[in-house]
Amino acid sequence: MAEQPSTPAAFGALLRRDFRLLWRRRGDALNPVLFALLVISLFPFALGPEPATLARIAPGVIWVALLLAGLLSLDTLFRADLDDGSLEQLMLAPHPLSVLVGGKILVHWASTALPLILATPLFATLLYLPEGTLGPLMLSLALGTPLLSLIGAVIVALTVGMRRSGMLLALLALPLYVPVLIFGAGSVMAAAQGLPYDGALLLLGAGLVMALVLAPLAAAAALRIALQ
Amino acid sequence: MNPFMRWLHYLGAPPNFNAFAARWAPWFFLAAVPCILYGFWQALFVVPADYQQGDSYRILFIHVPSAWMSLFIYGVMAVNGFIALVWRIKLSEVLAMSCAPIGAAFTFVTLATGAIWGKPMWGTWWTWDARLTSELVLLFLYLGVMGLYAAIEDRRAAARAACFLALIGIVNLPIVHFSVEWWNSLHQGATIRLFGKSTIDPSMLPPLIALTFGTKFWFAGSLLTRTRATMYELESGKDWVRRDLEARG
Repeated sequence: MAEQPSTPAAFGALLRRDFRLLWRRRGDALNPVLFALLVISLFPFALGPEPATLARIAPGVIWVALLLAGLLSLDTLFRADLDDGSLEQLMLAPHPLSVLVGGKILVHWASTALPLILATPLFATLLYLPEGTLGPLMLSLALGTPLLSLIGAVIVALTVGMRRSGMLLALLALPLYVPVLIFGAGSVMAAAQGLPYDGALLLLGAGLVMALVLAPLAAAAALRIALQ
Repeated sequence: MNPFMRWLHYLGAPPNFNAFAARWAPWFFLAAVPCILYGFWQALFVVPADYQQGDSYRILFIHVPSAWMSLFIYGVMAVNGFIALVWRIKLSEVLAMSCAPIGAAFTFVTLATGAIWGKPMWGTWWTWDARLTSELVLLFLYLGVMGLYAAIEDRRAAARAACFLALIGIVNLPIVHFSVEWWNSLHQGATIRLFGKSTIDPSMLPPLIALTFGTKFWFAGSLLTRTRATMYELESGKDWVRRDLEARG
């Protein structure tokens, strides 16, 4: 029997594989950005183009648009691996499933949320985000979107065996997203009013640290429940 | 093994639980009715009106016990979910799943009575503050548990998945409880404390205590009945169900 690779090596191999798969269908990576762009452009149509109105709601709208884009992309986290059977192989692998799942979440965040964060200055310009709040917005998104991905991964792991899980996934995940949205959008709203905003960001950071440790473990447990 | 653990093991077998639930559920309902009637009578006719709110504060005698139940039942559900996931006891899975609709109902009553009270007192049905929002999230968590349980074909796999979701949602419980202390809230702070001095007027306590016990008894009876019905369904092919139904006519 060949010597087993170490867990870090397996983690690295999984990352390389997932990134390679993504690269082969790189067009898909733009879809969340396009979705968020469309959602954001709906608001000027619905509310009228006054810059003052749009500027006031810009932080919340951008946060909600990114949250929804992330929610819609959650389904792809395990879908392809479930369909071709590699998810079962991951569960049989002699490495902690939580580490491997953590790798998958990392790739998923980098391929769906990171492009959204990079496109945020564009969204901010479209909605006349007030000067000086782009920094807090980017910071809150950088802390908040991984948190959303981690929480969402646990929920999507629970529903992974189901054929049509889309609506249910949203019903289960959105209540758990509420606190992230409150602190994320709240920090930018505070910054827009000239109030201190670092408290909300620190709470987001604390939540992220906790989720980084617990969410992969919970997602691995949920996968085992859903697929046994 | 001590007698209590032996009793729990005995009760874990569906036929034994069925006999236990059939015997005790009516007594719990029977205990609940006088508690609730006495509580309502006290709340509506005996307790003096509030010096500021007049008579409309009396809805709190429904609101507060329901709010306590909404948290208490979630705790019961999570504990049973934990037992179900760790020791794989079928009865705990069913108990946890039977908690969800009852808890959702109490949460809904809490939100509804709060809104009805809020309209004349705060001038609005609803406000987006921490206590109200976290209670609403609690309702969504109950509905999520029920939805997940209903969505998966295999009943045991569905119960385990929903139990896991219930365990995740437990982070919301301290948020609901402490929301009035952590954030500036329109909702009043706690006035009743188990430890330390309550700031509620002593004359308002008897109906509150009666209704607290009444809702607890009602929950116990309802939980046993629901669990028993679900057990019949899940075990419908088994011998004991047929024998039991024949014996009951």
